[in-house]
Amino acid sequence: MTFKRFSFLVTVFALGTASCNNESAESYINTPTPSPLQIPKLFQDLILDPVIPSNNPQTEEGISLGKKLFFDPILSANNTLACASCHKTPNAFTDDTRFSDGIDGLFGNRNSMPLFNLAWNYDNKFFWDGRDFGLANQVFEPITNPIEMHSTWEAVTDKLQKHPEYPELFNAAFGTRTIDSVLVSKAIAQFERTLISANSKFDKFLLGNATLTPEEANGFNIFMDESKGDCFHCHGSDNNPLWTDNKFHNNGLDTTFSDLGLGNVTGDPADNGKFKTPSLRNLAFTAPYMHDGRFETIEDVINHYSEGLQNSETIDPLMKKVDQRGVQLSSQEKADLKAFLLSLSDPDFIKNPDFSNL
Amino acid sequence: MKHFHTLLILSLVILFGCNSDSDDTISSVNVTMAFSHYWEDMQVTNSDFNTLNYTNDKGNLLSIERLRYLISDIEFTKTNGETILLEGYNLVDVTNQTNLSFTPYQKILTGTYSNVSFVFGFVNEKNIDGAYNDLNAVSWNVPLMLGGGYHYMQLDGKFLNSNNESQGYNYHAIRAADNPGPNPTFPQDTFFRVNLGAITIAADTEISVAMHIEEWFKNPYSWDLNVYNQMLMPNSEAQILMYQNGQNVFSIDRIN
Repeated sequence: MTFKRFSFLVTVFALGTASCNNESAESYINTPTPSPLQIPKLFQDLILDPVIPSNNPQTEEGISLGKKLFFDPILSANNTLACASCHKTPNAFTDDTRFSDGIDGLFGNRNSMPLFNLAWNYDNKFFWDGRDFGLANQVFEPITNPIEMHSTWEAVTDKLQKHPEYPELFNAAFGTRTIDSVLVSKAIAQFERTLISANSKFDKFLLGNATLTPEEANGFNIFMDESKGDCFHCHGSDNNPLWTDNKFHNNGLDTTFSDLGLGNVTGDPADNGKFKTPSLRNLAFTAPYMHDGRFETIEDVINHYSEGLQNSETIDPLMKKVDQRGVQLSSQEKADLKAFLLSLSDPDFIKNPDFSNL
Repeated sequence: MKHFHTLLILSLVILFGCNSDSDDTISSVNVTMAFSHYWEDMQVTNSDFNTLNYTNDKGNLLSIERLRYLISDIEFTKTNGETILLEGYNLVDVTNQTNLSFTPYQKILTGTYSNVSFVFGFVNEKNIDGAYNDLNAVSWNVPLMLGGGYHYMQLDGKFLNSNNESQGYNYHAIRAADNPGPNPTFPQDTFFRVNLGAITIAADTEISVAMHIEEWFKNPYSWDLNVYNQMLMPNSEAQILMYQNGQNVFSIDRIN
C-alpha cells in the first residue's frame, strides 16, 4: 500500500467518525450548558480540586433549577418550608436559632449546618454525624424527615410534575420532563456546590490585598500555637482555606452523651460523641455554635476550649490540658483570637445575589 | 467496509510495531513499598485503636487513636555506589487505612542493589511550606512559627498517667525548631533516612516494610508519657528524642 493510499483511508475514516459525532450531537434536543465551578485562587493554589460527581456535572440549567428548588417551599408537605427556611442566606446558610422549626412545629436536636465550600468535602460525608455519603444523597433526607419537611417523594414529584414551570426546567437541565427524586437532589446539589465563600479579610490578607490588625495577627498566632489555642490540628491553617478538616472529633463538650453523633452511625462506641469539625469561616453569621447550638457567642466557644472542657472516654487526644479544663487563655488572648476568627468571615458571600432569592 | 478492514489491519500492525520498539525498557519494573505496623509481635491496624492495650518500655499503658506519617524519596544504591532516587512522597494513614502501599511513578532497572532506603518525613529542601496541595488538604502542615512545612508523623492516643487517669498524648514528629516566631532556629535535622539493606530486583517487587511502634518509646530513650505527652511540636528536646528513637523503628518484613 502506498502512503497516498493510506492517507486516503485515514481521511475517509476520520470524516466518517466526525460525521457520526455530528449526528449524535444533533440528536440531543436539550444540551445543558456546562458551568464549571469558579475555583478561587487560594483554593486553586493550595488544595485539591473540588469533588464533582461524573454523573452530575455542573450546568447553568441544573444550577438554576437547583436554586429555584432550594428556595421553593413546594418541597414540603404543606408548602410552607423550603431548604432556605433553615439554611438562610444572611446566616451563611444556617439557621439563626438553636434548632429549626419543622412544618408540624417539631424541633430536632441538631443545629442546622451552614452551607459553603461543600464541593471540597473530600470524604463526601455530610451532616454533623457524617451519615450520608455524597451531597445529592444528603438532599434526600430533609424532604421526608417527619420533623422537617415531612413530605413523601411521591407527593413532591407529583406537585413538581403538575407545576407550570418545573417540567420544562427539568427538561432543560436533564433532558427529560419526567421528574424524580434523583433529579431533584442532583439539581439542588449543583446549586449547593456553587455556594463558595473565599473572600474574607483573611483571604485578602493571604492574597496581599489586606493588612491584619495587631489583634488579628496575634489571634492567628494563638490559633497556630500548639501551646496556646492549638486550633490548627482540626481547623487547618493559612495553607488550607477550608478552615476545617471535615473529620469527626469529640471536642470535650460532655462527659456523657445524649446524642452519640458518629457513634450512632458506625455503631462503634469509640465514635460516641464525635461530630464533624465545622468550618470557621463566616462565624460572624452562623451563631449559635456546635452541633447542638449550645453556645450563643464566639466568646462562649473560646471559653469552652480555654476552661470548659469535659473529659470522657472518647475525648479527642488533641484536646489540650483537659485536667485543667482547657488551654487557659488570658482575656487578651481570647479577644485577639476572636478578632482573628472574625477575619475569616466573608460578607460578600451572604450578599451574593446568585445565592439569594430576592 | 473493505477499506475499513484494511485500515484496521494496518493499525494493528503499527500498534504491534510500537510495542516491539519498547523492548529496550522491559527490564524496568515497578517497586511498591507496603507498610504494616506492629507493637512488638502483634500486628496493629485501626481495629486495634482506641483501647489501652499497649505498654511501653517505661511501663505506661497506652492506646493509639490516630497514626499517620510521611515517607519520601525512596532511593536505591547500586553495588558501585551510584544512587537512583525515586522522587515522590506518601502519607501513610493507618487510621483510615489509606496509602498503606506506595508505588512511585518512576520504575527501577532489575538488578542487585546494595541498599534500598527512604526518608522518614521530608528532607529540609523539600519540606516547603504549603507546597503540596494534597498534604494541605488533609491539614498536615506545621505552623510557620516553627519553620512551616509539614509533619513527619502524628501518633495520638491516651495513656494512664501517674494519677491513674486517662490523658491524651500527641507524639507529633516535625523538624525540630527553637525560638518559635518569625525567625525560628533549627538545632538539628530530625528527618532521617531509613536504610533497609540489600535487595535484588528481578521483576515487579513489593517490599513490605514494618513499623515497630513500640520502638518510638524505647531506644535509646525510654519514653515516659508523664514527662512528654502534649505540646511537643515546639519542644525541640522532645523532637530530637523522637529522631533518636526513630532510628530502629522500620525494618523489612518480607519481599515479594
